[in-house]
Amino acid sequence: MDSWTLPLLGGLLIGLATALYLLILGKVVGISGLLANALFNPSNRLTALVFIAGLIIGGSAYGPLFEIRTPLPEARAPMLLIISGLLVGYGTRLANGCTSGHGVCGLARFSLRSWVATTIFISVAIITVALVQ
Amino acid sequence: MKLIVTFITGLLFGLGLALSEMTNPAVVLGFLDIFGAWNPSLMWVMSGAVIVAMISYQLKRRQLKPILADHWLVPITKELDRKLVLGASLFGIGWGLSGYCPGPGLTALVNYPQEGLYFVTSLIAGSAIFQWQSHRNHV
Repeated sequence: MDSWTLPLLGGLLIGLATALYLLILGKVVGISGLLANALFNPSNRLTALVFIAGLIIGGSAYGPLFEIRTPLPEARAPMLLIISGLLVGYGTRLANGCTSGHGVCGLARFSLRSWVATTIFISVAIITVALVQ
Repeated sequence: MKLIVTFITGLLFGLGLALSEMTNPAVVLGFLDIFGAWNPSLMWVMSGAVIVAMISYQLKRRQLKPILADHWLVPITKELDRKLVLGASLFGIGWGLSGYCPGPGLTALVNYPQEGLYFVTSLIAGSAIFQWQSHRNHV
């Protein structure tokens, strides 16, 4: 199979999920927002937890269901993961979205805010990787 | 019924992440490492996802309201502000450090717990700091 087939198929599935969520429930899929609702918004907590449960179950099908094509990286230092988690957790709240809300849904509905945010976080991440490696 | 749709949506989203290997930080870092051994996977994933999502926004125009809800809850903020720029930059640094954004980070709890536990605990802490700060500013 070509190297782009499965990533494209995976992307189409992610797109299908956001399409169903929009057309059936009227909402934008944003993982950072869902996590915030699960943590801090009692009235939306159950919905957010149900989504996250589905996400984790589907996302851990890698291995049991799909062939592992690329090995996982060797476990990184806890400090690196902690700093990364803090920045992702805080940054996505401040920017009101992450790769899903801005990067998929926002780009698709031609939101200027999302195009700006996505350009920034991808560029900054590329620079970060270039500096670290 | 709404909860079933929500669960299926989450499940499909997770399956998409797994099938495209976005749950593996090595693949994401491979995309971000444009000066190294570049792995274009993430580009295909985003293209596929955005194309389908775009079609759904076209379909939305012909639909008065969501099938199971009374209102559309699509963000309406238009303003570009410092918070957006600063937030996206901090997120970019964090994402580039580990290769985890929130979705794949959550799946790492199962796929790669030695990393996932550290990442998700601090992801929650980062979100909590924001919550505490914005709460304090509004009181």
